[in-house]
Amino acid sequence: MGLDGHDRGIKVIARAMRDAGMEVVYMGMRVTPDQVAQTALQEDVDVVGISILSGAHMRLIPRLTKALQEREILDDVLVMVGGTIPEDDVEPLQKMGVQGVFPVGSFTTLMTEFITANVSRGRSAPQV
Amino acid sequence: MADGMKEQPKRSLSGLDVKPVYTPDDLAGTDFARDLGQPGEFPFTRGPYPNMYLGRLWTRRQIAGFGTAQATNERYRFLLDHGQNGISTDFDHPTLTGYDSDHELAEGEVGRLGVAIDSVRDMDDLFLDIPLDKVSVSLTINHPAIVLLGMFLSVSEQRGVDWSKLRGTVQNDSLKEFHGQKTFALGPGPSLKLTTDIVEFCTKHVPNWYTISISGYHIRESGSDAVQELAFTIAQGMAYVESALERGLPVDSFAPRLSFFFGCHNDVFEEVAKYRAARRMWARIMKDRYKASKPESMRLRFHTQTLGSTLMRQDPQNNIARGTLQALAAVLGGTQSLHVSGYDEAFDIPSEEAMRMSLATQLILSHESGVTNTVDPLAGSYFVESLTNEIEEAAWGYISKIEEMGSGEYPIKSGMLSAIDTGYIEREIARSAYEYQLRIESGEQVVVGLNQYQSEGAQKLELFQFDPEEEEWQKGRLAETRGGRSPADVKSALSSLKQAALNDKNLMPTVLEAVGALATEGEILDTMRDVYGEYVDPGVF
Repeated sequence: MGLDGHDRGIKVIARAMRDAGMEVVYMGMRVTPDQVAQTALQEDVDVVGISILSGAHMRLIPRLTKALQEREILDDVLVMVGGTIPEDDVEPLQKMGVQGVFPVGSFTTLMTEFITANVSRGRSAPQV
Repeated sequence: MADGMKEQPKRSLSGLDVKPVYTPDDLAGTDFARDLGQPGEFPFTRGPYPNMYLGRLWTRRQIAGFGTAQATNERYRFLLDHGQNGISTDFDHPTLTGYDSDHELAEGEVGRLGVAIDSVRDMDDLFLDIPLDKVSVSLTINHPAIVLLGMFLSVSEQRGVDWSKLRGTVQNDSLKEFHGQKTFALGPGPSLKLTTDIVEFCTKHVPNWYTISISGYHIRESGSDAVQELAFTIAQGMAYVESALERGLPVDSFAPRLSFFFGCHNDVFEEVAKYRAARRMWARIMKDRYKASKPESMRLRFHTQTLGSTLMRQDPQNNIARGTLQALAAVLGGTQSLHVSGYDEAFDIPSEEAMRMSLATQLILSHESGVTNTVDPLAGSYFVESLTNEIEEAAWGYISKIEEMGSGEYPIKSGMLSAIDTGYIEREIARSAYEYQLRIESGEQVVVGLNQYQSEGAQKLELFQFDPEEEEWQKGRLAETRGGRSPADVKSALSSLKQAALNDKNLMPTVLEAVGALATEGEILDTMRDVYGEYVDPGVF
């Protein structure tokens, strides 16, 4: 989301989830919170995964959760955020509605396990 | 486990086989006079200069940029007062991607990871009280490079500094934006045209300016291995040379003003081999393929930045050791300048304390390690020479593949454009990044503190503190600029720019006109996006 150019992590995660048997919709970079929420609605996803290494997470994530709320899907999707997230920001992000925070260095297996444990429907299609 | 590991064949970080012992037999085909030569002589394997660090140490160039132009200017003047003689400018994401600070996508990113520049007024503030004819300036900007360089040239002109006296660099490496860095604004073809416009304009009017910093650093940060970094960087360089030749520029008129920029990972010998192979490859390419005759056209010089992606959140002070290893490799490989990344960069942009430690790392290497006492100290090592040969050969494999994708008189240029269009390069890099991550997760690649030797209770760092009010200030400044200019002049300048773009003219003259009329960076890029179309990330993974 935003103008961030760091896409190494998100692409690694997209591959890992695809290899774990999930359907991945990777939107690429330069998307707005509204575009993400709209795609989440249209694709009927279980998970919205955002990677931010630009430091703009405290500005962009509230806009994302609001956009999901406006479409009445915030409670239906698992919101996960990764990137250069300082420890002090983890709790505020959780209060905004983010269920999982995965800072740089997190293993992809940890994320797939988190999804499997928290997505209760019979299928899972994370969108990143 | 230790016994089991002994039996496994060893590999370099990039997957090249490494034997337990190397002997003269490994260099059977190597002719030292032909393949190494003397330092400062063709093919420059041993270094671009005869005396290397005995003549002059590498330049310690730590990049900086944050917040507003005024805030960054204060930091520059502080650094200059404390003995730094060059400036390296980091721009924020909106500036890098060609959007004004009040654009919707810019929210939260204005001045966040670099300095925010919207108009020539900000550029003037950035270099307030800095003598542009004495200080060398590196502008780290790519697709909008023509605009930022235009602003810089305009400020110089206003201050009465002759363009021939300007020394500095503009990154201007448009092609790597599609597989590394990812701060693109335009598509591959148009952005390559703009890169070549800068080469052409500076060759004629700003003769001491370095026109492209051909960059492998971002490719490596994106997850490539050392071979891919080398191969794609050299291929990019060849594409720029071909594009300038196609424009009708004689090779020796522009080639001496091209420089390179590489990353440095933890595998010390592989990195040294990479730098030595790069010099030899470039020298031969320039001489044999592009018929350069000046040694300056064949001599590869490079800047190194240690890799942020190797820095861990776990036990962050371990990153000081990683930075030292990487800096050592860069120096053993003969770098001309160096930035050591801050040990806290897995959390945020570096604090002052981290930058002080990076500078100290460089000083200790310079003055305490003894590695600067002789030129190219690893030359003749059976292992390092053998690895240099292997990396070169493996890199040629990729370059040949790219050439096969092209056609006509300039096959690397057209091959690179098609390798980007088809997503070939991005997929190759993404594959390496994924395989490396899997090796870490399986424990095959040990990362101290992450997958082995974890320690309890991490220490808390004092991180960089960003002032969020600077975004509002910058937006106010932008509104003030828009309010205080002649709308008719802006309109006319942007319309001339559009005409020049439609007629495939060199855009620098009309960009200078637009910048002078106080057109903003976003307005100028919008005009270009109108003509050339906006590049949309294809989402390859």
